[in-house]
Amino acid sequence: MVLIAPLGFLGDYQLFRLTLIATYALALLGLNLVMGFGGQISLGHGAFYASGAYTTAILMTSAGVPYWATLPCAGAAGAALGFLVGWPALRLRGHYLALITLALATAIPQALKCKALEPWTGGVQGVIIDKPGAPFGLPLSPDGWLYLLALAITAVAFTLVANLLRGRIGRAIVAVRDHTLAAEAMGVHVARLKTRTFALSAALTALAGSLGALETEFVSPDSFTVFLSITLFVGSVVGGVASIGGAVAGAVFIVMVPPLANSVSRAAPGAVYGVILIACLYLMPSGIAGLLRRAAASSWWRKRKRGGEHVA
Amino acid sequence: MLHRRKLLAVAAGGLAAPWVARAAAMPGVTKTSIKIGQTIPYSGPASAYGVMGRAQSAFFKMLNATGGIGGRTIEFLSVDDGYSPPRTVEETRRLIESEDVACLFGSLGTACQTAVRQYLNARKVPQLFVNTGADKWADPEHFPWTMGFFPSYRTEAQVFAKHMQRNATSAKLAILYQNDDFGRDYVAGVRDVLGPQYDKTVIRTASYEVTDPTVDSQIVDLQASGADMLLTAATAKPAAQAIRKIAEIGWHPLHYLSYVSTAPAVVLIPAGAENARGIIGAVFLKVAADPQWADDAGLATWRALAEKWLPGENLNDLHTSGYAMALALKQVLEQCGDDLSRENIMRQAGNLHDLEIPVLLPGIKVNTSPANFHPIRQMQLARWTGTSWERFGDVLEGTA
Repeated sequence: MVLIAPLGFLGDYQLFRLTLIATYALALLGLNLVMGFGGQISLGHGAFYASGAYTTAILMTSAGVPYWATLPCAGAAGAALGFLVGWPALRLRGHYLALITLALATAIPQALKCKALEPWTGGVQGVIIDKPGAPFGLPLSPDGWLYLLALAITAVAFTLVANLLRGRIGRAIVAVRDHTLAAEAMGVHVARLKTRTFALSAALTALAGSLGALETEFVSPDSFTVFLSITLFVGSVVGGVASIGGAVAGAVFIVMVPPLANSVSRAAPGAVYGVILIACLYLMPSGIAGLLRRAAASSWWRKRKRGGEHVA
Repeated sequence: MLHRRKLLAVAAGGLAAPWVARAAAMPGVTKTSIKIGQTIPYSGPASAYGVMGRAQSAFFKMLNATGGIGGRTIEFLSVDDGYSPPRTVEETRRLIESEDVACLFGSLGTACQTAVRQYLNARKVPQLFVNTGADKWADPEHFPWTMGFFPSYRTEAQVFAKHMQRNATSAKLAILYQNDDFGRDYVAGVRDVLGPQYDKTVIRTASYEVTDPTVDSQIVDLQASGADMLLTAATAKPAAQAIRKIAEIGWHPLHYLSYVSTAPAVVLIPAGAENARGIIGAVFLKVAADPQWADDAGLATWRALAEKWLPGENLNDLHTSGYAMALALKQVLEQCGDDLSRENIMRQAGNLHDLEIPVLLPGIKVNTSPANFHPIRQMQLARWTGTSWERFGDVLEGTA
């Protein structure tokens, strides 16, 4: 309810930024699933984000599919790509996955410029799409509607992933991360589990990409350079890798910090960004979410606990 | 239900009212200031171009210190978009919706600006002097709120084709082009000038992908066609490769080279300065490397300005071109007088007559009209002597 409230008083631009935060939170949720809980490094989630964005853009412009129907397709496309990449790559350990995903992130913008695909992808020109308006005569601006849509999808995804991680599969994922051999001995099919986790992760990020395309109304190879993957990686680590809430904190970082860096120094925004990033990692080694968790644990939680003991 | 609907209607009315009132007035303009926005890469892969924004900021600072334009100071909000279209969208929306700028000026990048073109035109916000060489910014029929500035690739190709028509004895042209908007603009420009003669004159074209490791086979193929003229629409690396290969196989075509690849240090010297001798390029700016401009008044004014308002900066030609653009904006705003509405800014931008900008080559005049959104349409040819570019002939004009 608190999250729906901004619709009442914020302008379109503010809603647009909140929508971006919700979208990046969804993308980071996917990444955290692999990095934080799966214990693997992916430097290529920008590629999955791009696959979702392009799926939506191409289906809308070339096939005339309504935007809402492209969302599940984008998720499916991401899952398929994630499965194809993960199937061989996840049989390798540690840094190899990082390298393979990095290669994917580097290759995707070039592949999108490929001549054979140009009728659909628009080559370097990219594809312009129309921002959908609110359905059912809802008294909302297109930005307001997209905010609601992104918020709903992200909320559902967070709930589902939280449930998944609390259950049997979640325990298996974490067990594989913490002690692969022991997990295998317990009967977990490690390769299959890793591949499926990776595919789910890619699907979430692709879904975010699809929302992102609707928000910016434009996709092009330049929108999804390797920098996007790095940005997502940074957001994931800064937010807090092994937590679901960290995805939201990381998304806030991704959306808020670059403009902040630019307002501090126009001569070297990259350097300012770097300093902020280093400060974050130094002061909050387990991410923003980790810091909040520790703060809560050390003060409020303990006090309450102690108070409880007194009463008892 | 009724309650809520009524409430929403009132709220919507309340929200809309100030907007309607403002629309009638002049967004971003007060009695003492004008707000102007820009997105440009200060970070990321294209951050080298950020200096253009810095040069423009310096110019506006100088202008404000000397009284501004018509008694108004310029509040120039130049923000970083890292050359990433999604960030361009975000920052542009902030400039329009939250900062309420009167217009955008000199924003950079073809993909970045494509991403916001529709948005700006729907909102009727001037997207002035888009800083890229693509030709598509001059489309007043479909995008009446968007205008480029520099000669487009297509204009350059037209200039080359005109020179060729006048001077070539035979008429066998080959074209090597990069397979994207940039390269195809050149093919289109040649076609503009040659018209029905195109198929007879252009006997072979070859394209390459940005990702191709070399263009050797394309060059061999083009030579085999028997062409004695070659137009190379290529970026730095493939252009250098082409020049080297042409020398290797002993082909001596009359060689025209796109202006993106005329930098000696990046293309001609790596390709072998001797191999490049005789190549024809086109210029429109007084470049610092040309000794003829050592004592030029126009450049001296700029250098003095930069020394004071942009101290410690290593000036290059990109600064100069950013400055040229700012001078054109100054002219537009002066022509607007007291009516700085978005409509009038766009009307005046499309109403420039024979404007001479002191850092452009003598003879180049900026002209626009409601049907012509190509501010600079003239260029002068120059020949590489093995050590420097030597301009020759008159300033040539592309077709509109």
